[in-house]
Amino acid sequence: MSRTLKIPARGLIVLVGVSGAGKSHFARRHFLPSQIISSDHCRALVSDDENDQSATGEAFALLHHIVGVRLRRGLLTVVDATNVQPRSREELLALAKEHHVLAAAIVLDVPEEVAAARNKARPDRDLGDHVLPRQRRELRRGMRSLQREFRRVHVLNGVAEIDAATLELERPWNDRTELTGPFDVIGDVHGCRAELVDLLGDLGYTVEHDERGRAVGAHHPAGRTAVFVGDLVDRGPDSPGVLRLVMGMAAAGDALCVSGNHEAKLVRALRGRKVRVAHGLAESLEQFAAETEEFRTAALAFMDGLISHYVLDGGRLVVAHAGLKEEYHGRASGRVRSFALYGDTTGETDEYGLPVRYPWARDYRGEATVVYGHTPVPDAEWINNTICLDTGVVFGGRLTALRYPERQLVARPARQVWYEPARPLAAAPDARDVDDLKIEDVLGAGGVETRLMGRVTVREENALAALEVMSRFAVDPRWLVYLPPTMAPAATSALPGFLEHPAEALAAYRDAGLARVVCEEKHMGSRAVTVVCRDAATAEQAFGVRDGSTGAVYTRTGRAFFRDPGQTAAVLARVRDAIGAAGLWDELETGWLVLDGELMPWSAKAMDLIRTQYAATGAAARAALPVAADALARAAARGLDVGELRAHIDRRAANAALFRDAYARYCWDVDGLDGLRLAPFQVLAGRNRNWAALRDHDWHLEIAGRLADADASGLIRRTASVTADLGSPEGEKNVTRWWEELTAAGGEGMVVKPLGPLPEDRKVQPGLKVRGREYLRIIYGPDYTEPANLDRLRGRSLGRKRSLAMREHALGAEALERLAGGEPLWRRHQAVFAVLALESEPVDPRL
Amino acid sequence: MLLTLTTTRAPADDLGFLLHKHPGKVQRFDQAFGTAHVFYPEAGPDRCTAALLLDVDPVRLVRTRGKNSPDFSLGQYVNDRPYAASSLLASAMAAVFRTAMRGRCDARSELAATPIPLEITLPALPSRGGPRQAERFFGPLGWRVDAAPVPLDEAFPAWGDSRHVTLTLTGTARLADALNQLYVLLPALDESKHYWLAPDEVDKLLRAGEGWLAAHPERAAITRRYLPGRHALVRAALGRLADADQAPEEALSQPEIEEHADEPAVPLAERRAQAVLEALRAEGARSVLDLGCGQGRLLTRLARDGAFPEVRGADVSYRAVEIARRRTRDDAAVREVFQGALTYADARFEGHDAAVLMEVVEHIDPPRLEAVERVVFGAARPRVVVVTTPNAEHNVRYEGLAPGALRHPDHRFEWTRAQFRAWADRVCAAHGYQVRHLPVGDDDPEVGAPTQLGVFTR
Repeated sequence: MSRTLKIPARGLIVLVGVSGAGKSHFARRHFLPSQIISSDHCRALVSDDENDQSATGEAFALLHHIVGVRLRRGLLTVVDATNVQPRSREELLALAKEHHVLAAAIVLDVPEEVAAARNKARPDRDLGDHVLPRQRRELRRGMRSLQREFRRVHVLNGVAEIDAATLELERPWNDRTELTGPFDVIGDVHGCRAELVDLLGDLGYTVEHDERGRAVGAHHPAGRTAVFVGDLVDRGPDSPGVLRLVMGMAAAGDALCVSGNHEAKLVRALRGRKVRVAHGLAESLEQFAAETEEFRTAALAFMDGLISHYVLDGGRLVVAHAGLKEEYHGRASGRVRSFALYGDTTGETDEYGLPVRYPWARDYRGEATVVYGHTPVPDAEWINNTICLDTGVVFGGRLTALRYPERQLVARPARQVWYEPARPLAAAPDARDVDDLKIEDVLGAGGVETRLMGRVTVREENALAALEVMSRFAVDPRWLVYLPPTMAPAATSALPGFLEHPAEALAAYRDAGLARVVCEEKHMGSRAVTVVCRDAATAEQAFGVRDGSTGAVYTRTGRAFFRDPGQTAAVLARVRDAIGAAGLWDELETGWLVLDGELMPWSAKAMDLIRTQYAATGAAARAALPVAADALARAAARGLDVGELRAHIDRRAANAALFRDAYARYCWDVDGLDGLRLAPFQVLAGRNRNWAALRDHDWHLEIAGRLADADASGLIRRTASVTADLGSPEGEKNVTRWWEELTAAGGEGMVVKPLGPLPEDRKVQPGLKVRGREYLRIIYGPDYTEPANLDRLRGRSLGRKRSLAMREHALGAEALERLAGGEPLWRRHQAVFAVLALESEPVDPRL
Repeated sequence: MLLTLTTTRAPADDLGFLLHKHPGKVQRFDQAFGTAHVFYPEAGPDRCTAALLLDVDPVRLVRTRGKNSPDFSLGQYVNDRPYAASSLLASAMAAVFRTAMRGRCDARSELAATPIPLEITLPALPSRGGPRQAERFFGPLGWRVDAAPVPLDEAFPAWGDSRHVTLTLTGTARLADALNQLYVLLPALDESKHYWLAPDEVDKLLRAGEGWLAAHPERAAITRRYLPGRHALVRAALGRLADADQAPEEALSQPEIEEHADEPAVPLAERRAQAVLEALRAEGARSVLDLGCGQGRLLTRLARDGAFPEVRGADVSYRAVEIARRRTRDDAAVREVFQGALTYADARFEGHDAAVLMEVVEHIDPPRLEAVERVVFGAARPRVVVVTTPNAEHNVRYEGLAPGALRHPDHRFEWTRAQFRAWADRVCAAHGYQVRHLPVGDDDPEVGAPTQLGVFTR
């Protein structure tokens, strides 16, 4: 007769049986090799001999470690060891408990002679005659305690039954990952039936009524599912009415509901258990007394059957009454249930004598969105991808629903204060602490998952360097929403006199299969990211900044551009005015924007560097070369043959003069804001929008142009550009001429960026820079144009720089996605921090 | 790149014998980073000038260095080395004039041993400390020093002078001595070397300094500057970051300067450490976390005090942590020194009786203070927190500190006593602590003590 054994799909399966009972054979037949952890194998791993009994202690330490890791990671795990003594099962059960998974035992009971015969057939196994009888005795004795130890115990008697058995994996009740919604998650109702009916109407549900006019169900025409976070009952005017409606919806498949602590207590009270009648339970009991016995029985059964949390939508959504920390998602145990129903408390009480709740959401770093209620708050606020929907309707607040996956909030105000709160509604204690970053968010994470190119690795030493710079010099991480990625130059030119030339950049994109590119003027200043809000209220609402500041202007490494906050504010005011005058707040439906741009002059930020490096080099050349030339002239006058040397020194003097002109061009005096120029070239993000990903570069340049036009203060400068059709030789000629004119006039060069859809089959650089011949003197030194020097410099290697540019671009794009998606600060910060860390990788800084 | 040596001792063209270089020839010598040329712009019986011209090949200069060289940064590609009289020139001098530097001259052995009138010119000599430093190094050796600063850029007079000087030395000396002095003092003035320091560098210094260095009043400074320190890997990474931001690397590593020199017998830093230790003892703290421990000076004090069997230190600077670890490696009480930042909540900060923030808060940007408060007082929550910070009111007592200036370039603010108290009260209210305030240093009746200290308890 074939038996089907039910076992927990993500639990611990302990096989029990004497040596030779066929456990390994059984395991191999039913489970993946990776799911089976056998004591023999562990013994072999630590001793090279699976029968070496002296290694047993360490073998089991290893076995328990592996089992612990697998259970923590939510993997079905089968332990293949004799497990006949209760003592040997103790540690395994403790592991199951620690990781909140169900444990099942499968006992394989075969006649002693069968086991003995099997053992004899294995020449490597020499058990001794006494072992088998002892194991059997222990098994018999332990049978009774087995039933106590495990949720399920399956005993298979005899070889035939063992061979015929089949297994069925049982998913935990909370696992409803197959339901993908869309959902409307509804906060604590607390007997406010009228508000619930109103809210369901707002959400688009058609409410059904019975012949007495009572709401008994609700259906959404688009097939949405309501999910109640529990606490349907108590305190409010009509707890039975709420239950009637929700029970109807649940029965019709229109709703799911998790248990709240109030349901759990009401169940005990209705069952006649002794409970303290408080917190609105009295009202419920009175209301239930007026109902029929039939309804009471049904309601009791419904509430008693509610489970403590659901994992929905492929694991992306978790609903629990009081929230749930990540390690409890999808797990089952008393502790998990208790956390889901009551939350965790710190053990302290507040000034009203109520328990202080442990701020689990502040520490939450999980991928799944957690939606919950339980603690009334004035507004539903996102905290690290979690949200509390209990907005205290029964206390005169609102009944709130979250549309998922839209992440849209819908609320109905209370018709009246139904119940006086014990303490005033206050923002959840965690709400203010949302911005806390943890050291493990940035160190030891090893990298960041990006949408563009998967995991981008960050090495520890680079993270450590970034930590120092970030915490000592960078602006507030709430403002630091993006750091500009580095950009690779085009392939090295072979043209005489040139290291970089437009031809290579255009060819690179043409070869990648692109049809059009845009060439943007590359300004020679300092890169500046500008975050600007319409007003301080927007700054607080969108960025959580409460000090009255309305934005930030910062450098490539996140330093504030201006030491003086007043100057930052003045620049922001001008940018804000320009955005307003250009009509962009309304057009882009946002109260804040992040702009990428260049701030000029170069000397405004880089004065120290110019002084210590560029001007110092020019000064030394000016002091030394004429004296050297003069000494050579005098030697020549004496009739000495100084040969090539004289001409060579004269050329170096000329090159040094060109070098000096190259840097001096980018220096001018600035007085306050006078003389300062900001050239934006990309609108990175605004509310709910990652503009960098949504729009092509010609759109960005058009917006930037409109900002320059709308700016009455003269701060904002236009970025010149041309687009080129990569298919036409005319286009290339046009671009080359444009670049030549631009650089001849002292311009740094240009940046070439793709237009139109990117090829799907390969990665292309997000941009390639083509720097001007004179500008490069600042980078490669005054004499780089000497043919012998150029030839050697042509051997430069671009691979690392290109790789770095791609990785930083992926991180930058990820940071913007996370920003526009309203993700928690720690998630946004991770991507930004990683860019800074990568910037400390050793790459030729001249590229 | 250029050095000229002139003598007027007749017959002046005997200089050719002393240098072992014929006045009638133009000679070239290949060097690691370019070519050295020796020629005589002038060679008469009354006056003879030898020129050493080092034509540095900038590309080869870069190529010769591996990517793990000490300062892999943009500074290595565009720099004054091809033009300045640096350690490159000193190396070339040692190679080209090796025999002359030993004082050997078989043809004119008496002349080699005789001090002769000399004029030495270096048109672009990098000198940290400017003309005065050149005077301090060469003056005591008997040279008349004429050091004229080179302006950075004539078109931008506001930029001031470069660190280069045009140097002329006039005096009477043995040629070999003059060459050896240049060999040591050029890199010492420049304070930077183009090659890795090898162990035999000390021997080289002693050999070239024979007969003059030991008696030089600036010998300590010369030795220190001749052998500049090495850089660590993370420091190189920091350098690259500074580079990316176009900021000079120095900005990242300003040492904490001590308050001013007119100190009482016990320096303020010492009195501050004593006050912190006393406060911790008074509160009965046994495990102490020094947040912002720097290079570990307070850690060693805590460890050797005896009252604190468990001491930990954290600092945001990798380099500081390394130094602190080395400094405390024999102190059993120091359990751990680790890198951490006060703006990131950190489980390693938890579980101590007391935390110390000695001269730390003033290095934090005001908008970031609240995060630090939450990390220290909200999350780590030790029973005792000791905070010290400068008293801005006291700054008027420091001569040479401009009105309104801060005591250290990295200070983001300095608080008056009222400001510190207001901050402390806010922290106490937000996180459930009480605070008492103590002065550190002489309590000036008018402007208070130089340092203020708050003991927070809960």
